[in-house]
Amino acid sequence: MSTQNRFDWLKAIQLGAIAGITGILIALVGMLQQFDSRDIIAGSLSMGWTMLFLTVIVASYFSAARQPSKLLGIAGSFLTGLVFALIMSLLTYAVDAFDLRQTLVNASPALVKILTFEDGVPAGLVELVVTVTLAGVFGGVVYILPQRIRKAVSLGLTVMVFLGLMQQIIQVTLSNFPQVNSAVAWMFGRGIEKGLSFNGAIVVFLVVTLSNFLWESNSSKVNSQIQKMPETRQRSLRILGYGLLLLLVLYLPVLLGLYLTEVVNVTGLFILMGLGLNIVVGFAGLLDLGYVAFYAIGAYTVGVLTSLSGQLSTAFEWNFWWALPVCIFICVMAGVALGIPVLNIRGDYLAIVTLGFGEIIRILALSDFLKPHIGGSQGIVTIPPPEFLGVLLNKPQTLYYLIVAGCILALFISQRLRDSRLGRSWKAMREDEDVAQAMGINLVATKLLAFATGAAFSGLSGTILAIKLGTIYPHSFSLLISINVLALIIVGGMGSIPGVFVGGLLLAGLPELLREFSEYRLLIYGALLVVMMQVRPEGFWPEETHKREFHEDLIEPTPQQEAV
Amino acid sequence: MASVLSASNVTKQFGGLTAVNTLNLEVAENSISSVIGPNGAGKTTFFNCVTGFYTPEHGEIKYKNNRIDGLRPDQVTQMGISRTYQNIRLFSNLTALENIMVGYEPHLKTGWLDAVLRTKRYHDDEKAAHDEAIKLLRFVGLAGSGDLIARNLPYGAQRRLEIARALASKPGLLLLDEPTAGMNPNETGEMMHFIRDLRDSLGITILLIEHDMRLVMGISEQITVLDFGEKIAEGGPKEIQSNPRVIEAYLGRGAATEGMATASENKSR
Repeated sequence: MSTQNRFDWLKAIQLGAIAGITGILIALVGMLQQFDSRDIIAGSLSMGWTMLFLTVIVASYFSAARQPSKLLGIAGSFLTGLVFALIMSLLTYAVDAFDLRQTLVNASPALVKILTFEDGVPAGLVELVVTVTLAGVFGGVVYILPQRIRKAVSLGLTVMVFLGLMQQIIQVTLSNFPQVNSAVAWMFGRGIEKGLSFNGAIVVFLVVTLSNFLWESNSSKVNSQIQKMPETRQRSLRILGYGLLLLLVLYLPVLLGLYLTEVVNVTGLFILMGLGLNIVVGFAGLLDLGYVAFYAIGAYTVGVLTSLSGQLSTAFEWNFWWALPVCIFICVMAGVALGIPVLNIRGDYLAIVTLGFGEIIRILALSDFLKPHIGGSQGIVTIPPPEFLGVLLNKPQTLYYLIVAGCILALFISQRLRDSRLGRSWKAMREDEDVAQAMGINLVATKLLAFATGAAFSGLSGTILAIKLGTIYPHSFSLLISINVLALIIVGGMGSIPGVFVGGLLLAGLPELLREFSEYRLLIYGALLVVMMQVRPEGFWPEETHKREFHEDLIEPTPQQEAV
Repeated sequence: MASVLSASNVTKQFGGLTAVNTLNLEVAENSISSVIGPNGAGKTTFFNCVTGFYTPEHGEIKYKNNRIDGLRPDQVTQMGISRTYQNIRLFSNLTALENIMVGYEPHLKTGWLDAVLRTKRYHDDEKAAHDEAIKLLRFVGLAGSGDLIARNLPYGAQRRLEIARALASKPGLLLLDEPTAGMNPNETGEMMHFIRDLRDSLGITILLIEHDMRLVMGISEQITVLDFGEKIAEGGPKEIQSNPRVIEAYLGRGAATEGMATASENKSR
């Protein structure tokens, strides 16, 4: 190891220690044991170990980044990995030597078994130290790779881990297509929760890494080729692209099968809500923590208007399609009703007031006072699925289209509002409310429009939830939903529309796929948010700035062109 | 000449403190006027009363013979008054161009539905706002920086952008709150020309608060001096420079006239 005095010992050790504490936490909260039951690569790499490796690789990557030269970077990552390895083996030794189960339930022999590769304490500890230190050095190597290769390698690894994680679902889905049976059997491990086969893992990694590398090296060439094409060719190419995308979206439920479509539906409902909250929080900067209220109002309105149960004092028994506009209207009114009292409240205070609003709606739904009308704690049952052109929307595969239609509508509206006077006013208000008003912006109208639009999207999501479940209960509308939607926006990127989709997939879709680990959901959420705020506060897909000074044509085709 | 802005007996109190006390002030059309005074004299408070952030307890403020005291800030802006701030207050995460386009707000009519359906009104509005913003970027010498995020612009450019944003509403009266704060003598000189140019080429009446005496004496046709919320002097640069009450307010009793300009110049650096 090179020992120039510029080598930052302290940083390397510190990062190793941080990673070590994270590792201890992962082991002692029981994540390691539970995640060990699943393989990413059959027989070679479990999900629990993947987490540990990831921890040490990330830590030593940053450790390498802090060192003055590449060589010292490798040394730093080695040291970080070693510190992590020593901490983990210390933990293993302690768990093995002393009985800590009185206080630490998960400090069990099973844990020792996992950490020592089932080889017992003296022999296994050596294996542990060597493997983990090597993983640390790998993190350093990843850092010194040229950026393009680094990107490709990390993408390859990410896809590999993801596919391994999703093995069961992918296999079940692909079993609908007997043509690919033998390939699937070769790619994936045998039996459930076995991940990719060893060969499969290598193939996936190589294919993804190479294709990403080739694409990254040639994308600028391809792009400039497209740029050189005449305008009409470019346009038809774009239309072709959108057409293929649309076809894929329409065909998706057939491709995915029942379970995955259901997951997509749940994600879609969250994305729909996210698009609404993105207008309120992301664009207009009005921190709303009671957003679930509109979700509940939408669901309850459709419940009261269409339920066939006869349990409620008034039976409307409307058709869903008649009830839908009424629901949206009521949600808009609710948005305005919330907006008016909070017009002069800003920042933290606004958050607290809206939090209260959300709780009031939930408690009203639970109350005995309203029980004859909205069912109290028994909720509303027998909400019939609607019919569309003779198709009953009662299965995930058919409901999917309703949800996609809702998402596309909300996407369309948010995008157009963002690029208009109203969007600018919202953003100006977010930046500085006083100055925005001094620029001639009517704060009352602007705020109420934000609340109303947000409420409408959330309400739409709620109505779809009601017909999807057929029953609604007050406890489906807890504060946690508001928090989830807010977290989704923050992780995706405040004010960014694509960010809502990214956040939705990460925070609503992924947990749905990993239901068996749902007890750790909030822990991972919290950790993710803390790390996000430290490392990438702008979110995974931040709001892009609009370059418009020299691109007048990008604003929109001018009206004259459209008239033609 | 007719007066654009006239304040009569304006009083603004914060609890027991009288920030502005029975102030009478007239701003002649197409003039450049200044309000000066030591720190805490009530200059910015007066600006806030004019622009609708504060409602004065007594007195009335008229703009082109319409009462504006008691109106909301956005209504005052709609009537044709716009302002800049002592400490620059741009929309710091928007681009320079977007900042100016927000300033054009009083002339836009696009509603919610117009924006979603992209009606003719939307296209007309967006084009008008964009064209105006490009024009103003050029006017303040920021052509080419339109797509930069406002907070990344250099200090002087931010000052000019703020003025461009204020101009976007096509005001009849522009209030500038210390437009040269934090600038060196060269930049101050440029700003002086720029302000004069504003008045001459756009025909906008300008009222400014300033500490830099060279600027104030150089471009103002009318100067009002405030101290402890009260008007202590009014007149052209010559009269103000020789007014004993002004010298007393700035430098204490017995200070010489000549000393005043240099002393306050030093202070502003």
